[in-house]
Amino acid sequence: MPTITLNKKVFEKLVGKQLPVDQLKEKISFLGTDLEKIEGDEIVVEVFPNRPDMLSEQGFARAFSSFIGRKVGLRKYAAKKSGYKVSVDKSVSIVRPFTACAVVKGIKFDNEKIKEVIQIQEKLHVTYGRNRKKVAIGIYPLEKIKFPVRFEARKPDEIRFQPLDTTEIMTASQMLVKHPAGKAYAHLLEGCQVYPIFVDANNEILSMPPVINSDRTGKITLKTNDVFVECSGFDLKVLCRCLNIIVAALADMGGQIFEVELDYQRKKVVTPDFTPGEMKISRDYVNRVLGLDLGDDEIKRYLLRMGYDCSAGKAVIPSYRADVLHPIDLVEDIAIAYGYDNFEEEIPNVSTVAEEDKFEVFKRKVAEILVGLGMIETNTYNLTNKENLTAKLGISFECVELENAKNVDYNVLRSWMIPNLLQVLKNNKHHEFPQKIFEIGTIFKKSPAEETGVKEMDRLAVCVSNTRADYTEIKQVFDSLFRALDVEYTVTETEHDSFIPGRVARIGVRGKGVAYIGEIHPIVIGNLALEMPVAAFELNLTDLYALMHSVPDK
Amino acid sequence: MHDLNRLIQTLHPLERVVVPVLENDIDVAAITKKTGLKEVEVMRALQWLENKGIIKIQQILKEIINLDKNGALYVMEGLPEKRFLQTLTEEERMTLDEVSEKAHLTKEEVNICLGLLKKRGAIEILPRMRVDITEEGRLLFGKQSLEEQFLKRLPLDAAHLSSEEKKAYEELKRRKQIIRTDLVKTRYVKLTKVGEELSKLKLSDQFVDSLTHDMLINGNWKDKNFRRYDVTINVPKVYGGKRHFVNQAVDYIKRIWLDMGFKEMRGSIVQTSFWNFDALFTAQDHPVRDMQDTFFLKDPAKGKLPKKDIVDGVRKTHETGGHTGSTGWGYSWNREEAKKNVLRTHTTVLSAKTIAALKESDLPVKLFAVGKCFRNETVDWSHLFELTQVEGIVIDPNANFKHLIGYLKEFFLKMGYEKVRIRPAYFPYTEPSAEIEVFHPVRKTWVELGGAGMFRPEVVKPLMGKDIPVLAWGLGMERLIGEYYQITDIRDLYKNDLKQIREMKFWMK
Repeated sequence: MPTITLNKKVFEKLVGKQLPVDQLKEKISFLGTDLEKIEGDEIVVEVFPNRPDMLSEQGFARAFSSFIGRKVGLRKYAAKKSGYKVSVDKSVSIVRPFTACAVVKGIKFDNEKIKEVIQIQEKLHVTYGRNRKKVAIGIYPLEKIKFPVRFEARKPDEIRFQPLDTTEIMTASQMLVKHPAGKAYAHLLEGCQVYPIFVDANNEILSMPPVINSDRTGKITLKTNDVFVECSGFDLKVLCRCLNIIVAALADMGGQIFEVELDYQRKKVVTPDFTPGEMKISRDYVNRVLGLDLGDDEIKRYLLRMGYDCSAGKAVIPSYRADVLHPIDLVEDIAIAYGYDNFEEEIPNVSTVAEEDKFEVFKRKVAEILVGLGMIETNTYNLTNKENLTAKLGISFECVELENAKNVDYNVLRSWMIPNLLQVLKNNKHHEFPQKIFEIGTIFKKSPAEETGVKEMDRLAVCVSNTRADYTEIKQVFDSLFRALDVEYTVTETEHDSFIPGRVARIGVRGKGVAYIGEIHPIVIGNLALEMPVAAFELNLTDLYALMHSVPDK
Repeated sequence: MHDLNRLIQTLHPLERVVVPVLENDIDVAAITKKTGLKEVEVMRALQWLENKGIIKIQQILKEIINLDKNGALYVMEGLPEKRFLQTLTEEERMTLDEVSEKAHLTKEEVNICLGLLKKRGAIEILPRMRVDITEEGRLLFGKQSLEEQFLKRLPLDAAHLSSEEKKAYEELKRRKQIIRTDLVKTRYVKLTKVGEELSKLKLSDQFVDSLTHDMLINGNWKDKNFRRYDVTINVPKVYGGKRHFVNQAVDYIKRIWLDMGFKEMRGSIVQTSFWNFDALFTAQDHPVRDMQDTFFLKDPAKGKLPKKDIVDGVRKTHETGGHTGSTGWGYSWNREEAKKNVLRTHTTVLSAKTIAALKESDLPVKLFAVGKCFRNETVDWSHLFELTQVEGIVIDPNANFKHLIGYLKEFFLKMGYEKVRIRPAYFPYTEPSAEIEVFHPVRKTWVELGGAGMFRPEVVKPLMGKDIPVLAWGLGMERLIGEYYQITDIRDLYKNDLKQIREMKFWMK
């Protein structure tokens, strides 16, 4: 989850109230975020990803001061008319078709504010902007720019400027291989014939979104008072909201917002647009979902505390809120303002019949029988690796592999259980013998008939290991289990490369093979660096259960 | 005297054999010899006797002189000087080379012999490297030297040598690998006051040690006394069969939900993204769907989508909100993305599938599942790639947020957590959403144990055709039970160390 760092003094000034640390922590918790830590003047808080508007000192303080009742209701932001224009060339339509822009004036930048602007940009990029894929943000000192600005696309080698924090002029292609930001975001332009750029009236390139700004025009300093802000991406609505989040924060820093006219050739759009949204909210719905009995006044009061306005059964929603999709979102905000800790729990008197899954019961009974035979149950991972499943066991077959496992030792779903138990024995060589272990677990096989193309079955594996573990010992366990289950079985000698020839059998129930049983081959024992004989069986519980509950053929 | 009798009754058969031979300063070797027991048996008996306050076992280090490599050889073949002389008694005036060959002596041994025998006047050296035996030599050859006698007597205690032995010892010590001294631990016995008294008594053999089948049949236990045991004695550990401790807890957790009238759900681990994400209103560009976080399958990489009306409902909900009254996420939904197979990231996928299969006439219904879910994590003390989730849903036209808190608090109370609180949270598929925290009595902080909420209309309506309240939760089981087993490193839950499993306390709730 994203975190942001707040300067305690700035935050308190914005909120308009000082709170002791424990109260601050408590209140922040119940606003729905989490206080990570307080160190000196720095407060680090977690922000839920549905609230990008809280990813700045200003946005967080805005929500918080409403929540504690300091400044409630909809905050009004307005953009002044201006002559600033950005023309959007149709060449960008194939690479990054939209932008939303604004100008904010009169911010006296100090180091604290510069840090804050960088934080807003960074946090929005990572979360709401999906690592700049969905939204890329540029903020520029206005004095370095001559309007009108153009948003256009050019071939990579026709783009030449000096990227941020470098001293040399490069082509776009060079930036993508040489500059750190270029390398990090090159994949976002992969396969594109042309790259998007912002160019001013002096033909000075301001930036190449979503990668990098120009060092000359794209850097805010202590001398900066006014800024030009742009968001670029693929969905104008998303861009407008992101722009509003940023400029509202800049306005809270003391800036004045000015409109920018975007010329999309066929239509003109003016941004930022702070027109609030509206959504119907019914008292009945709120009370039904929350189990409360709130009056209209209370609902209104709680909505105001969450930064909305409310009139005539409608909530007025700030234009920078990205998370209100449905009236249910308003209901949650009402619940937050009401206070989660104020809800009284209730268990309704509803009659339902409990039912344990029958197969789960069966598996538990099998485990109980084995425990009665002195077996210890293990609990291993579903994930393992191909070598453990095949080569080490002296066999080969196809496994269900993962595409992207971080850990190469665990990149395949297990296809049988015995290898896992042998690994357990391997890791316990230094412990007391005899070792008699079992596990019931899921195994995975390719099967095109299934919804996912993978069939899952539950298997039981049992291994006994000591100086003289043999076929008799494991067969005794198997036979005891089947007598307890009251199931008749047949035993047929078979071949299986993991077992010693002549000491391995296939177990059948009503003509269907359900298990292998035998002594593990010394080559396999050697492959695993085990030092004691092992006898084992593996039984398909899914099939066995089905056989036990089907009507036998006459 | 009473105490002494009682003490006698406790003596083990081995002790009864050992006690009569005990005297002060007798060592273990001597006891072994006198009793005819094995040394381990004697040691065990002595240990028990010491525990009973009858003796004290003392221990000293002794320097013991033993034969070394050459010494062992010389004991069998004779000392080199003896063999040297012998050769000369058989043939007169031999060259040194002849002597060396006949007596099987190395050049080095010959040199030692020359020096030694000359000093004792046993040989004379003649010109041209020849030697001959003197009268003195013949005399010497006839009797056993001190050295020879000494070697035959080994091993000897270096602290108790006679003056002659000392002389031989000094002599031999200088020569190559004939003798060596070893430090040997010797245990011997000191009798305590009780021990002194006991050793004077004659022990009766009328004690029954083990009660046997035969004794019971022929009744001859009746005129005997039973040996008294030391009932406080430690016994060897035995281990029975055992369920894995995590599974013991799983069974209990299932029991709780069953007791509250819930029905169990089961389902696959491999799921399509459609059920794991899309049906749960998780946008296709949500970060959880990145390769970073979720395991995708290489082959089969894609699965099948369910029937058309469900897919269409979900698609429209994502794109525009469909008939749910929502704005949707406002993007173009991709079927292929939804087909991608994943290892389920939460058991909530089972809830989604269950809801899709329910009819309105089935309601109200309460369901739970305990199952593995998967995150593409690098493993460390607090992260695993496989985790167990406790899932529950209540689908009830009259359910509300207060009921959600009610069910959860009841569950946690049964798990032993009395202080539980609910905080706001965010999940794409629930609204209102809540995080459940319990108060950690030792750490004095709130610890997060799971997520909960009411399914969004965007989840319920496309699957059920109607917006009905659904309470839902997914709790991390590992954190929930780690406390009970005093496990702080999450990896220890699944390390499958047999000693750990054998000795782990039972789940006693």
